[in-house]
Order: sequence, then structure tokens, then C-alpha cells
Amino acid sequence: MLYRETGQFKISYAADQSVFPIAQDRWFIAAALAFAFLVVPWIANEYMLQAVLIPLLIFSMAAIGLNLLVGYAGQLSLGTGGFMAVGAYMTYKLTTAFPDLNIIVAFLLAGLVAAGVGLVFGIPSLRIKGFYLAVATLASQFFLLWLFNKVAWFYNYNSSGTITAPPREMFGVVVTGPTATAEVRYTVALSIVVVFAIIAKNLVRGRIGRSWMAVRDMDIAAEIIGIRPFQTKLMAFAISSFYCGVAGAMLVFLWLGSAETEAFSINESFNVLFMVIIGGLGSILGSFLGAAFIVGLPIFLTNAPQWFGAAMPIDLQKHIEIMLFGSMIIFFLIVEPHGLARLWQITKQKLRLWPFPY
Amino acid sequence: MLRNLVLAMLGAVVGVTGVVATTPAQAEGEQFFPMLVYRTGAYAPSGIPIANGFRDYYTMINNRDGGINGVTITFEECETEYNTKLGVECYEKLKNKGPTGASLINPFSTGITYQLIPKAAVDEIPILSMGYGRTAAADGRVFEWVFNFPTTYWSQASAFIRYVAQQEGGVDKLKGKKIAHVYHNSAYGKEANPTLEALAEKYGYELTLLAVDHPGQEQKATWLQIRRAKPDWVFLSGWGVMNQVAVKEAAAIKYPMDHFVGNWWSGSDADVIPAGAGAKGYKSATFHSPKSDFGVHADILKHVYGGDVAKAKRNSFGEVLYNRTIVNAMFAVEAVRTAQGKYGNRPLTGAEVRWGLENFDLTEARLKELGMEGFTRPVKVSCADHETGGPILIQQWDGAKWNIVSDWVQPISEVVRPMIEKAAAAYAAENNITPRSC
Amino acid sequence: MEFISFLNLVFVAPFVDMVSFPIFFAEVVIAGVLTGIMYSLVALGFVLIFKASGVFNFAQGAMVLFAALTLVGLMELGVPVLAALLGAVAVMTVLAFAVERFMLRHLINQDDIILFMATIGLTFLIQGFGEMVWGSNVKALDIGIPSESFEVGGILLNEFDLFAAGSGAVLVAVLAVFFHYTRIGRALRAVADDHQAAMAVGIPLKTIWVTVWSVAGFVGLVAGIMWGAKSGVQFSLSLIALKALPVLILGGFTSVPGAIVGGLIIGVGEKIAEIYWGPLVGGAIENWFAYMLALVFLLFRPQGLFGERIIERV
Repeated sequence: MLYRETGQFKISYAADQSVFPIAQDRWFIAAALAFAFLVVPWIANEYMLQAVLIPLLIFSMAAIGLNLLVGYAGQLSLGTGGFMAVGAYMTYKLTTAFPDLNIIVAFLLAGLVAAGVGLVFGIPSLRIKGFYLAVATLASQFFLLWLFNKVAWFYNYNSSGTITAPPREMFGVVVTGPTATAEVRYTVALSIVVVFAIIAKNLVRGRIGRSWMAVRDMDIAAEIIGIRPFQTKLMAFAISSFYCGVAGAMLVFLWLGSAETEAFSINESFNVLFMVIIGGLGSILGSFLGAAFIVGLPIFLTNAPQWFGAAMPIDLQKHIEIMLFGSMIIFFLIVEPHGLARLWQITKQKLRLWPFPY
Repeated sequence: MLRNLVLAMLGAVVGVTGVVATTPAQAEGEQFFPMLVYRTGAYAPSGIPIANGFRDYYTMINNRDGGINGVTITFEECETEYNTKLGVECYEKLKNKGPTGASLINPFSTGITYQLIPKAAVDEIPILSMGYGRTAAADGRVFEWVFNFPTTYWSQASAFIRYVAQQEGGVDKLKGKKIAHVYHNSAYGKEANPTLEALAEKYGYELTLLAVDHPGQEQKATWLQIRRAKPDWVFLSGWGVMNQVAVKEAAAIKYPMDHFVGNWWSGSDADVIPAGAGAKGYKSATFHSPKSDFGVHADILKHVYGGDVAKAKRNSFGEVLYNRTIVNAMFAVEAVRTAQGKYGNRPLTGAEVRWGLENFDLTEARLKELGMEGFTRPVKVSCADHETGGPILIQQWDGAKWNIVSDWVQPISEVVRPMIEKAAAAYAAENNITPRSC
Repeated sequence: MEFISFLNLVFVAPFVDMVSFPIFFAEVVIAGVLTGIMYSLVALGFVLIFKASGVFNFAQGAMVLFAALTLVGLMELGVPVLAALLGAVAVMTVLAFAVERFMLRHLINQDDIILFMATIGLTFLIQGFGEMVWGSNVKALDIGIPSESFEVGGILLNEFDLFAAGSGAVLVAVLAVFFHYTRIGRALRAVADDHQAAMAVGIPLKTIWVTVWSVAGFVGLVAGIMWGAKSGVQFSLSLIALKALPVLILGGFTSVPGAIVGGLIIGVGEKIAEIYWGPLVGGAIENWFAYMLALVFLLFRPQGLFGERIIERV
């Protein structure tokens, strides 16, 4: 009833091709953004921000990056953790070498380095496909972590190999380091993610995104119609790694505050892949939903028994939580193999007809 | 089907946000201790005795004395799986619980400790990382909120070298000896390297560093290298499955086990039992007795388990890591007691407990009162020195239990302390901290 | 000058070292072979399931852990070794039934990556369940395999490693016979070639899947025993799946002999690299070196050494 596009006429091509062609969608997104920017920092407590919202944003960023590669360009990758580490360590090097450099600029430069690294590790994708490629990208994961662990230059020769986010200011407000408040870090993370989500959304609608999808659907056919698979795939690796690199920098500088290579272990690569698949391959919205599912569900499951006053030994609770988490993944895949984004679409479709579905 | 699903999800979301807002009210007169534990996951075999130790000691204090000078101890476990990211979540969840918030935090994970060090000063919650975490934190001028007494990785490594010298018959005998360090390839494992390197320069022994990647299930290459280099001593900084495999592989290459010494995180019961008879003779560092016949143990049996020894044993009673946690829990309780001496017998804030930690003075007489005479050593903390550079003991596995086989071995403080101060100064410079004067 | 000494360090010295200490080199190679077979044991489980159902079963590592946990758990309850072994096999068969009934059956015809993701869900489920039932503490596993070391011509060998390698070899031989000469083995191969054609000639897909998951469970049990005897049975057992992946890609996802040959190449390769080149760069290169080695092989044969040729049509 409320969600109906009747009466909305497009009178220009620009309007017809806009990202959100339906007015209600635009209102909804605008309201959601306003809520996220203006209301959430005031009402959310530190636990909510630090344990749920900030990681959710950071992992959304990484998931968008991986989704560009896996969902749009069809190249299965398990090297996400490694690329995130590149972003984090490079930001650390940059900001300790040039303390006056704006931290956002440092994030972006580090992202560019990650893009370069992604480019190199993307080269095998021209010959290797599918699961073989996935396992081959693990080579980059293990190699990069080993490198950051072994070469003391990356962590300024301190004894333990841990990098710590130093305090950095932006417009007179402390953005990183221990004194930065959760609200500030949340707002910065949100701004970065929103900007890059918009860029990603437009990227996949344009020429680049279309060539990625052509390669994904059938690379030989794409080659025949004049798309160069080599450049296209490498471009996907580079851009995806850029997103992952920025996400990695955010992970250390806006969330954890300090990290060793273990923070970017193979588990993170898997986690981000889960987000992409559960959320929906080839969907920017899905990246957010998937991140919310993978970040939020365990926290919900951990806290739920306490809210309902059910006390049980903590290990038993954890075991049940892990089992539930596993079952939910299987359950969702059986119900909707195309991910949460698809569920959302179906809901929208139904909403259009509601309350008169016949 | 789908509609129901969506409705159910919406319901769940509404439910969550509704409940988040309510925090359970806490009674007055309670001192809250957060507990980051890992009873599941890859490091659970170590995490279980640690978690049980804290729980039992706090429960014993409550049941026997009615709390610390009448202030009841409350505590809550939060499962981290030894994962740094879950550690952050747990910390945020627990830091404001209780009437005065968390009194102090024992992360029991080097990774999580690193994570919390910058936050400690901001949230005003002191960290007691007993024998782990960032060694440089021993410099109390830079790390006001972090305490790592009675001793640290660097002191331990230097004490190990002193022990080797004692066994070999003097410091001058170290020259030309070969020592290998097999370490977990992480912040934790690497901690001892700078000390061992500095001492190698000083005493002229030959140091081989051998890294083992997490998890350390496969170490054949490492032990082949040891078989070939035939080092006179091997020092192990392992954790989790790496310890068990290392002990097993050392036995398989017939390395003399009494020249194979683990650090204090590589010498628990779980580390040697899977290796069976091969582990016999293996040594490790420690800073407390492995026995369980002290007054404090009797009290725990009586006041926590009602004399049920079998039940206590099922709860890791008397294991090495359990005993170590008893020491840690005692430190925590005594620090609160010290602070109460200044601020009165009431629930204390983190800042007040910090004062208690900094003025911590555990005497021999006090240890005796606690039923811990001979269990561990007196400790006296100062503003500048949060470590106290305590000595270590060497224990040896005889196939069935651990036995102490050395006297207290002092660390080589004249080498370690300057290194600590240098590392702390570097940290201060990088993070714009002005060291306070003590 | 420095450059030349660098070249010498990287390209000459290690080989000189190998040649001048042949006995030690032999030890390294033997250690690599023995470790490689241990990797193959884990990789085999992956291959079986991939071959018969096209599922990349990420849960294989968890199955290794679960099978070993069940075995040790039963033994701790006082069940004799043989009965406990049978019990563990029975439990793995029940698991195979459950997987087919509650998971695979509902996911027929889905994309590979969806099935892969589902097995990751299964990993969590099995891990949580196993730990809930049997606890997270490390358990010593001793089923009476000897583990004395002895020297032959200066080469140190360990009875346990030889036993593990021997049982690995026997297992592969049995599986090869099973696949090639039994009725059900032929049916398995038919299913692997073409699901629909197999069904059309009357091969029951479901039975095949249960069989192959049970066999993979059994292989997991053997792997669990061999690895668990070394480190004790504990959570980390499930992480050895990561050591099996390079073996898998090198040998090809669909080839049983590939898993063995891949295991040997990876095992020997990573040991040689770690011992002769590792010290130059600070060590602990085994993990990524295994993947790099596999990657190099893939560049020449994108389907692995023994994998079925990937034919692409437009």
C-alpha cells in the first residue's frame, strides 16, 4: 500500500537509470542514513558501538570488496585476510612515518598498495579457475601474513611484532588511538563505508561491472565479444583488494586499536566469504546483510540466554551457540540459496502487492 | 513460509533491541571481577584449568571469609575462544558491570592484553597480566595501568640462561654453547627473542631461532634442524597443541629431555600427558609450586567442593595452570585488600584498585596467613617497577607429576631492565605519552 | 660482490649442503615422505566426497576431529579398543545418513559454492556437537601403536611414522580396489561422471552419497588416529584440513592417486624448503611454501596433476 510505484513517472533518462528508481526506496535509504548518522551515535552505548556496529561496518566494507570479486567477477578468493593485512600494516607505516598525514588519506594510500598486491596475486586467475583458484589464493593469504610477521620493518622493529594505532586527529577531533571515542570512530567508519558503497554500486552498473559479469557468466564467451579477460579479472582483483585493504586499515585503526598478524588469519578470509555468500553473491546490499548476519548472530546467541534468564555453563552455551550458528547457515542456504539479499527482494516484491496479493 | 520467516526475524530484531536497554541491577557491597575465559576452541585445554582456578579461588574467599573484608566478590565469565576480537567484545560487555565497574582485568592471552593496554588508561581499569603480555609494561612510568608482576618473559628468558650457566658450571662456560629457541610464531612467542639475542652477545653462546607457525601440529622440519644442529639446550615458547607435539617430537629424535626447557606456558599437565612416557625428564619454568597440599588448597577443597576430592580433580584442581591461576586470583584479591586499606572496606573503582596494585606488598607473613607459604614468593611492586623482576623455578616431569628441581633462579636484571626501559620509551614516543616521574 | 654472495646463498649453498651431508638429506626426504602420507590421509577424505558428489567438503577437518573424539571418548568410558573403533565407524555412518537426509537432499542442483558454504555450516555443527558431547580437554590417544625411534645406517626412523605411512598405503590400496573392482565402486565412478546418466541406469544416488560420506568418515577416523596419537585429540585436529588443501589442488580434486602423489610432493617439498632455505629468511615458511608449490604446478596444469581435464565450451 505504502510501497507502490504507481504514479511515479520518469521524464528523463537520468531519472530512469538512477540507483534507486522508486521514490520510497530513496526515502527509506535517506531515512536509514539519517538514522545511522544522527541518531545511532546518541542512543547506542559503547558496547553496542564497539562490539557490534563498528565491526559490522568494517566487515561490510570487506564484504563489498570480496563481493565485487566473487559475486560480480566470479573469481573465488580466500586471500581477503592477507589483503586486509596489507592495508593495516601500510597505514601503520605511513602514519608513523608521516604523523601529520591525514589518517583518511593514509587509509586510501594503503588501499592503493593493497590494490597493487591484489593485482600481483590475481595473475594466476587467468589460468586457474573455481575451487582451484580459491585454494591458490590461500597462497597469498599465508605468504602475506608470514611476511608481516617476519619482516620487522613493517612493525617498526618492535619486539613483539604488534602494531598499535597511534592517536591521530582530524578537524581537531581524535579519530584513532585509545582516546578516540567509540562515537567518533563509528561516524568515521560509517562515512567511509557509505562513500565506498555508493562508488561500488555505481561501479557495478557501469562498463566495468558489466564486463565483470560477462566474465563471470562465461569467460570464453566474454572474450569472444571483445572483453579482455586478463585486464578485467586483474581490475577486479585490484579494486576488490583496495576495498579489503581499507577495511583492514579500519579494522586496526578504528576498531581493535592494536593487532598482530593473527587478526587477519585465515578465519577472517573465511568469515568474509561467508558474509558474501549468506548475504547474496552479486549484491551490494547483500554484503551489508551478510556482515550483519555473521557479526550479529553470534553476539545475539551469546547474549540471548542471559536476557531470558537462562543460566548455563559458559562452555555448554558456546557449544550450543556454535551448533546453532552452523545450523542457521545450512537452514538459510536451504531456504534461500541466493542469500539474504534475495529474501529482501522477494519481500519487496510481496510488499508491492500487499495487502491485495491476488 | 517466507512470510512467516520474515515476521519471525522482525520479531527477533524487535526483541533484541527491547532487551538491550535493560541492564540487570547489582546489589551494593559487591566487588566485580570480569573473567575472560576460553573453555572452548583450540586453546581450551589450557583455558579450562585457568577458568576453574579463578572461579574456585573467588568462591572460596566468599564462602570462607564472606568476601574481601565483607565485600562480596562477584564475577562473570565471558568466552573468548582465545580470539582477540571476541576478547574486545567480552571486555566491552563486562567493563561496566557491578556497582563500581570492573576492578581489574586478567586477560590471560597475550593478544588480548596488547589490545587492552591502550584502553586501560582511558577506561581506568588496571590490567594484571601476570607473566604474559607486553614485557615493556614493566616500566610503570609509561604504563601506569598495566602490571605484570611477579616476572616477565624477558626476565624469564634471562633466568633460563642463568639456569643453563648454573648447570654448565658457570657463566664463562656459556661461551660456544649452542642454544635453540623454538617459539610460537606470534607476539607471544617472539617476546623472548630480544633478550636471548642480547644475552648471546654478552655471553657468547650461539643462538638458533626456530619459528613454528600456529597451530604447530606439524613440526618435523623444526626438529630435524635441531637433530642436525645438536644444540646443548632447547628453550620452548609454545602454546596449545604446539607444546604436545614439540615434546613428542623431541622424544622421537631422542633429544636429551633434561636439556629441553619450556617457558611457564609450556609446562602444564596437558602439555606432557599426550606425549606419554617420552615426556619424562622434560623441564619447564614456573614461579610457584606444582603441589596441591598447601593451606589454600585445603580451604578450596573444604569451602568450594565440600571435601569431594574426586569432583575437585574433575575441575582441574591441583594442575599446574590451576595453581598458577590461584596465585593470580590471590594477587587480585590482595590488591583490592591493599586498596581497601586506603579507601575503606567498600566496593572499589578501577582507579582505586590500581593504587592497590601499585602499592602491592605481599610479605612472607601474609603468604603464611593465606596458606601459601612455600607456594609462591613475596612480591613488592613500586611505581616505577610493575614487574619486580622475580626469580623463577625449574620444574621437571617425572612421568606422573611435576617436581621442582631447582632453587629460585634470579633473572639477569642488569640486562633486562634497560631493555624494558628502552622499549617503553619507544612506545611512549610513538603514542605521544609523557612518562610520569616516580 | 654482495649480489654474488646472495646468489650463492640462495642457489648454490643449499645444494652443496644437500650433497655433502647425504645422510641428513635422506632423513629430510624420508621425513617429508612420511609427513606427506599423513597429509594425504586427510586429503583423501576430500577427494572421495568431491569425486562422488562434486561437493568440496570443508567439514572434512571437523570430521577428522569428531571421529577421533568419538574413539577416545568411548575408550575413556572403558570400551575396548576394537569395540570403540567399530563404535566410531558406526557414529560416522550415522553422521553420513544425517548429512544426506537433512542437508544434501535439500541442496541438489545448487551451485558448487552454495554446497561448499553448507559444508562450512556443517563444520560448525560437528565441532560444537563433538565438543559438547566429549568436552574440550585434550585427550591422550593410545591404541598401542609403537613409537620407538631407531637408526638404520645413520638415518633415524620412528616406528610410529612408519606404521602411519604403512596404514596410509594400505588404505589407499583398499580404496583403489574398492573403486575399481566392486559393484558399488563402479556405481560411484558412474555417479562421479554424470549424475543424471547414473540415475537413468538405476543407480540410487542417495545410497551412493551415504556410502561415500561414510567412507570419508572412516578415512577421517584413520587420519584422526594418526594425527591424534601425536598431539593428543583436541580441537586443533580440525585445523589440519588446511595442510591438506595444497595437497588436494596439486593432486587434483578428483584423483585418489593424485592425493597420494600430491601429498608426497608437498611433504618433501616443504621440508626441504624449510630446512635448506628457511633459515635464510627467518623460518616458518612451510605453510605458504606448500601453497606456492601447488600454485606453480597449477600454472602448468590448472586441473591438478591427476585431475580430470576441464573442458570449456561456449
